[in-house]
Amino acid sequence: MRNLLALLAALPLLLGASEPRLVPDVSNTQVDIAYSFTGADLLLFGAILYPGGRAPAPDTDVAVVIKGPAEPLLVREKAKVAGIWINHASERFRSVPSFYAVATSRPLDQLVSPRTAAIYEIGIGNLLLSPANGASANEQARFESGLIDLKRKSGLYAEHVGAVSVREGVLYRALVPIPARVPVGRYTAETYLIRNGHIVAAATREISIGKSGFERFIAQAAESWPLLYGLAAMLISLLMGLAAAFAFGRVRR
Amino acid sequence: MHLYLPIAGLSVNALVIVLLGGAVGILSGMFGVGGGFLTTPLLIFYGVPPAVAVASSATQITGTSVSGVLAHSKRQGVDFRMGMVLVAGGAAGSFAGGFLFRLLQKTGQIDTIINLLYVALLGWIGLAMARESVRAVLAMRDGKPPPPITTKRHRKWIAALPFRWRFYGAGLYISPLAPLLLGFVTGLLTVLMGVGGGFILVPAMLYLFGVSARVVVGTSLFQGLFVTATTTLVHALTTHAVDLVLAGLLLIGSVIGAQIGSAMVQQVRPERARMMLAVIVLAVAIRMALGLTWQPDAIYTVQGL
Repeated sequence: MRNLLALLAALPLLLGASEPRLVPDVSNTQVDIAYSFTGADLLLFGAILYPGGRAPAPDTDVAVVIKGPAEPLLVREKAKVAGIWINHASERFRSVPSFYAVATSRPLDQLVSPRTAAIYEIGIGNLLLSPANGASANEQARFESGLIDLKRKSGLYAEHVGAVSVREGVLYRALVPIPARVPVGRYTAETYLIRNGHIVAAATREISIGKSGFERFIAQAAESWPLLYGLAAMLISLLMGLAAAFAFGRVRR
Repeated sequence: MHLYLPIAGLSVNALVIVLLGGAVGILSGMFGVGGGFLTTPLLIFYGVPPAVAVASSATQITGTSVSGVLAHSKRQGVDFRMGMVLVAGGAAGSFAGGFLFRLLQKTGQIDTIINLLYVALLGWIGLAMARESVRAVLAMRDGKPPPPITTKRHRKWIAALPFRWRFYGAGLYISPLAPLLLGFVTGLLTVLMGVGGGFILVPAMLYLFGVSARVVVGTSLFQGLFVTATTTLVHALTTHAVDLVLAGLLLIGSVIGAQIGSAMVQQVRPERARMMLAVIVLAVAIRMALGLTWQPDAIYTVQGL
């Protein structure tokens, strides 16, 4: 059903020979996390091409959605039982994007209808997290808002209203900050061209975020050679303890 | 200066972490407690994932303990024989603890059980220590000899155990079964609660066994060294959560702090040092008790599947 809806909504994109086309680009398709990484700014920009030399439409809006790899999550809820706070209920979500940022040229509710926003997953409230426990809709909504709240607080979910500027209906650019604690993996940047509440064009670019250099080596070593890594950790801590004892022994003598 | 932690997956201010390590190191050197009780929650507060915080602070405590043990052993402040017995008991206790941990984890209530255990145990130990050390300090002030630390009741119970060994550093002639059992309980609780070996060992050696105050801190650190080294290895193999950069930063501060702490504690009278430890233990217990009843910052917590 949902697929059919998506197909219907995408129909203008498929048929749209007379509709404009998006030519998107990203400032860096490869974000390297090195020792000094404190976050990055992704610049997403591009041009809107109008077929047949038509004049550009002035009331054109653009929304950019950046999504990180999805993962299954278990969300636990605490409640006060006999005076102390304990975990009392939980809910599984099958596909939670590890990162989600949306940048729009105008507030979301002025851009598209709620239904379109839901189909294209534009806006944090429109994410399909696939709850898996079969709890009541009410309960699912409660867990969803709890999860989204957590993600928002850690900066992993964000909405940047007005972060996209469209110049004369032809060029657009969006600046989306990527926080330091961003998970690694393959990201997608989807750009939507919106006019009169309808999505008239869409384009996707891939961005890969990964650790590089020493950071990459450490992370790989911890995963691939756990025994060696653990022994190395023990050895390093032993040597540092010894070093301090020797240093202080010299100083005091 | 900001540094990216490769396993924790976030960037931190390196100076803050080094200073945190230093403060914890001083406490370790002075009182023989590992300091995980301080490091772990502070790192989690900083945004480090809990598993990484626990695993990396274990790595850090190993180095701190080495530094502290060496500093104390220079003043004959370590009973290696008692330490080895505690380690043997601790190894068995860790295995039992790991088994129990998995059982409790299945219920999803592990943190509540841990917190309740913690509050009860630390509250009891803290109160007992505070009572004794205040009495001792008051007696000293009046110019009277301090009352004996251990009570007859405990000694009688321990004296009833078979075989006896001489522990020269500790100044004891008791059955090795007593420290073996203590090591077992400590190992069990360390694995269950993640932190707190020293909190149990130091008071137990002082009050239950009557170990000479001179060697208590060093011996506790000696035992902690082996426990945390094993913990590091277990975490590296199972959770892959040891962050070498984080542990390294903590270590820079804490190995130096342990040296400073072990020198500082020589300047303090033992009764006063015990009183200070009692205050720390009680403060941690009260903080945990409040944490259980206050509404937590996050009602929802997330766990990867």
